[in-house]
Amino acid sequence: MESKIKFVQGNEACVEGALYAGLEFFAGYPITPSTEIAEHLSSRLPRKGGRFIQMEDEIASLCAIIGASLTGHKVMTATSGPGFSLMQEALGYAVMAEIPCVIVDVQRGGPSTGIPTHVSQADVMQARWGTHGDHAIVAFTASNHQDVFNMTVEAFNVAETYRTPVVLLFDEVVGHMREKLEIPEPGQIPLVDRLRTSVKEGVDYHPYLPREDGRLPMSDFGGVHRYNVTGLYHDMWGFPSDNPSVVHGLIRHLVDKIENNANLIARYKKFHLDDAKTVLVSYGSAARSALHVVQHLRGRGQKIGLLELQTLWPFPSDIIQDVCNRAEYVVVVEMNMGQICQMVKQAVDCPERVFLANRIDGVFITPTDIRNILRLVAGKGV
Amino acid sequence: MAVKDYLRERFFPHIWCAGCGHGIVLNSLIRAVEKLGMSKNEIVMVSGIGCSSRISGYVDFHTLHTIHGRALAFATGVKMSKPELNVIVPMGDGDALAIGGNHFIHAARRNIDITAIVMNNRIYGMTGGQYSPLSGYGTLATTAPYKNIDQSFDTVQLATAAGATFVARTTTYHVQQLTDLIRRAILHEGFSVLEVMTQCPTYFGRKNKLGGAVEMMKYMQKATTPIGSKAKQKNPELIERGVFVEKEQPEYCSEYEKIIQRAMASGS
Repeated sequence: MESKIKFVQGNEACVEGALYAGLEFFAGYPITPSTEIAEHLSSRLPRKGGRFIQMEDEIASLCAIIGASLTGHKVMTATSGPGFSLMQEALGYAVMAEIPCVIVDVQRGGPSTGIPTHVSQADVMQARWGTHGDHAIVAFTASNHQDVFNMTVEAFNVAETYRTPVVLLFDEVVGHMREKLEIPEPGQIPLVDRLRTSVKEGVDYHPYLPREDGRLPMSDFGGVHRYNVTGLYHDMWGFPSDNPSVVHGLIRHLVDKIENNANLIARYKKFHLDDAKTVLVSYGSAARSALHVVQHLRGRGQKIGLLELQTLWPFPSDIIQDVCNRAEYVVVVEMNMGQICQMVKQAVDCPERVFLANRIDGVFITPTDIRNILRLVAGKGV
Repeated sequence: MAVKDYLRERFFPHIWCAGCGHGIVLNSLIRAVEKLGMSKNEIVMVSGIGCSSRISGYVDFHTLHTIHGRALAFATGVKMSKPELNVIVPMGDGDALAIGGNHFIHAARRNIDITAIVMNNRIYGMTGGQYSPLSGYGTLATTAPYKNIDQSFDTVQLATAAGATFVARTTTYHVQQLTDLIRRAILHEGFSVLEVMTQCPTYFGRKNKLGGAVEMMKYMQKATTPIGSKAKQKNPELIERGVFVEKEQPEYCSEYEKIIQRAMASGS
């Protein structure tokens, strides 16, 4: 019997989460620092009758899992920045055609080939706006291996619930670091399967006619309902249309089904926030250093807390406002040039009280880096 | 079943120009499927972007109209995740061999059981007549106003070299052969490539002063010959029609089933 407690890399925690969630098909292409996800799945998936394929590039990888999702399977691909760039057109296709799928981006430094073996969190805006055109997207992240596991399961659940691609934005530190992971018993975390149509054979099935609750029951390719799937604006049959009311209705549906449920999709953790005058906002591996600072300064009696975001998109504005509007200072801790900091500034009443504590040199941000910024913010000098 | 039972008449009229060859390919495809007696539920048609790719909208199969050049990558996911399905991928020459060239050679290399139909009209029609990788040296296009200096691929040689296990070519003029070759390509277990030379009178024909659809089809009659014919020996310029490659090799999804068996036998 396999041990339920493991000492693994974050990339392996992602693999365990995906298998727990019911992953059946993975297509990918080797790229640092995500490759271990493909390696482990090439071994693990066929053992449970699933399928793994190494495609010719990242474009093909995302396209292949979209195809496999349409035959009724839970699917995933994994990559890093350059590969995620290549996937952007197909990501938009999955948004438009409403195909459930999970895309892991273990972030490294960019732009371009950048700094492949070092950490970064600079793909946050690429996850949001990398593909062209108005759209909504879901992106999750995690700072430790138990949460990598949990958020991976969550990614599948949300993808299947909302018929949407979900991006898992991990980073090199979380991906490669080793720490304890406890695998939950089957059934301990609820799993979501996609809604399938109850329309009988021979009765008209409208694949793109949302129910009153906005959801669209699916029918697997190979089943009794034959329909068209396209990246063009389409009517309820899935057939291309440039009718203005059809176009308007579809883009509203695609955006609203995510943005109107932003609070349902928001996942976050609060640490010492009840009386906090200084609020740190962080996510991913950077949140580990932020939490260390909070615990250290609390020991010294300072009223400081941490809001750790696990949902980055749709941006959880309500919780940001709720936590930050009571604070004297807000410091966003991230390893990029302020991609989430800008979003926090937009969300709060007093953006002049929002500061950035960051590192952009490929080196993991330390508690000392954050404390230095806190001293500057408080006017104490470094 | 009658031909019309394979069509989604709700979505007609189609978008193709008068004289376009793509409708002939659609006709032959349906007749081939009808002869094979296949259930519509077991066929998935995956296409990319372009005039030819719109064929998927008009047929009553499971249809996946994807992004430019990537149809074979989507098709690979469909086929591998549900190998019992028959996957047919109609593509244009630009879709298959310019933007989609990488997926084309790798699908061939894997020998995955997909039927690729390359509808070669030597032009980008949907965008209004730009040169494609199959336009040929010396042709005219809206992006080749001083004549094209790009050399062409030979689709048959490329597919053969990449490892396709069924490779054939015909034209829209030779419609009986077209139906027969589509039937054989679907039946073949492995990656099948059928190049169909087809006419685009609107852009390629007009730009290169080749006349209308009838003249272009007559040209295809004269410019082609059965593989190994005496005519070919006399005139090496003639383009051969027929089956160039038909061989048995391990098919990708069948091979993966063996991986599953080996993995399961090795325990957890």
